[in-house]
Amino acid sequence: MSKLAGYRPEPAGTQPPLLHPGYKSTVLRAPSQAPVPVPASLSEITGPLLGQRLVRPNDTDLTGQHAGQPQGERIIVAGQVLDEDGWPVPDTLIEVWQANAAGRYRHDRDQHDAPLDPSFSGAGRVATDADGVYRFTTIKPGAYPWPNHHNAWRPQHIHLSLFGPAFATRLVTQMYFPGDPLLPLDPIFNAVPDAAARERLVARFDLELTQPAWALGYRFDIVLRGRAATPMEG
Amino acid sequence: MVLVPSASQTVGPYWAIGLDWPEAWQVAPDGVAGERFELAGRLFDGKGEPVPDGVLELWQANTEGRYAHPEDRQNKPLDERFLGFGRCGTQPDGSFRFASIKPGPVPAAGGGLQAPHLMIGIFARGLSARVATRVYFPGEAANATDPVLALVDPARRDTLIAKAAGPGKLTWDVRLQGAGETVFFAF
Ligand SMILES: [Fe+3]
Repeated sequence: MSKLAGYRPEPAGTQPPLLHPGYKSTVLRAPSQAPVPVPASLSEITGPLLGQRLVRPNDTDLTGQHAGQPQGERIIVAGQVLDEDGWPVPDTLIEVWQANAAGRYRHDRDQHDAPLDPSFSGAGRVATDADGVYRFTTIKPGAYPWPNHHNAWRPQHIHLSLFGPAFATRLVTQMYFPGDPLLPLDPIFNAVPDAAARERLVARFDLELTQPAWALGYRFDIVLRGRAATPMEG
Repeated sequence: MVLVPSASQTVGPYWAIGLDWPEAWQVAPDGVAGERFELAGRLFDGKGEPVPDGVLELWQANTEGRYAHPEDRQNKPLDERFLGFGRCGTQPDGSFRFASIKPGPVPAAGGGLQAPHLMIGIFARGLSARVATRVYFPGEAANATDPVLALVDPARRDTLIAKAAGPGKLTWDVRLQGAGETVFFAF
């Protein structure tokens, strides 16, 4: 029987290693043994097809989830989700979460002495359309301190979770902002060895996307793993 | 056009804001056919301490051994109520659980069948990317011929096989690092 086409391994240097001592929490959590490579079967090339069906009203506007407007700089984040061959990834769910404008998360374990915003939850969902395009409205999150090392601050970022078409294409990443002076200092961002791969995690300011007298636009395209060539009949 | 896949970044400690899905530990709604089980376990770090801020995801075939996905073209019935996806965050003691139905055997990469298994992805603060593993079922004759288990050092295979803990109850712990480290897969 013919074999299934799996997904291509990520090119060297484009993904952060699991063990990155500069990011202290990896030291006791990164597996010490290399993962066992397995040939692609249906188990790896299928996956939950989660999309627009799971997007609830108000999920795509994080500024519109409460009676009042949240504090902060209103922004529009939009982009295209593609695979490595440039094909759009349609109707795939993106889960979004972030700190408020003061750099505080609405989470019990966030002890940062910055105010919560009663008008901001910081959670959203959006699905890509038939062309792989997504768009949501939010506020620019604040930088926040974290206990990794003395005077450690996370650069401003938005967390994004994507599914794509397969168990193999699952991706959770973070979107950063251009010109953030904390980027060169951040061990999570800098764990990605390849400079170009790091740059692709930084959104681009986009005047076209910017809405006059309303919100700044940031463009952030996301690339999921692409299909390997079908193996020859063996 | 050749693009490069976006880099993974950790879910961080506050993933629950965006990923919390309280009912998603129940994978099979009432009425879905199959042998019911509840899988309970704990997630541990390299010191043997519980990981209280991790999240596990599950993907599985239905009782017939068919995935709810267009690339699974097997001539077996699907049940529209059963997607086969689950998610569960860990508690302060590192515990997690899933309730589902045992999947049927699915085709193997090289022909033949795989033993029934659950696909598991794990995210946490301190994990730069998802780690992926599998759960197999105890006492399953097909485990002996499963082609993926066969790729694993026999001394470590136990980390992939749940333990029976009473009727319909299974336990399966995950050790991210160190003694008894769970086997993870790349694909
Ligand atoms: Fe964060």
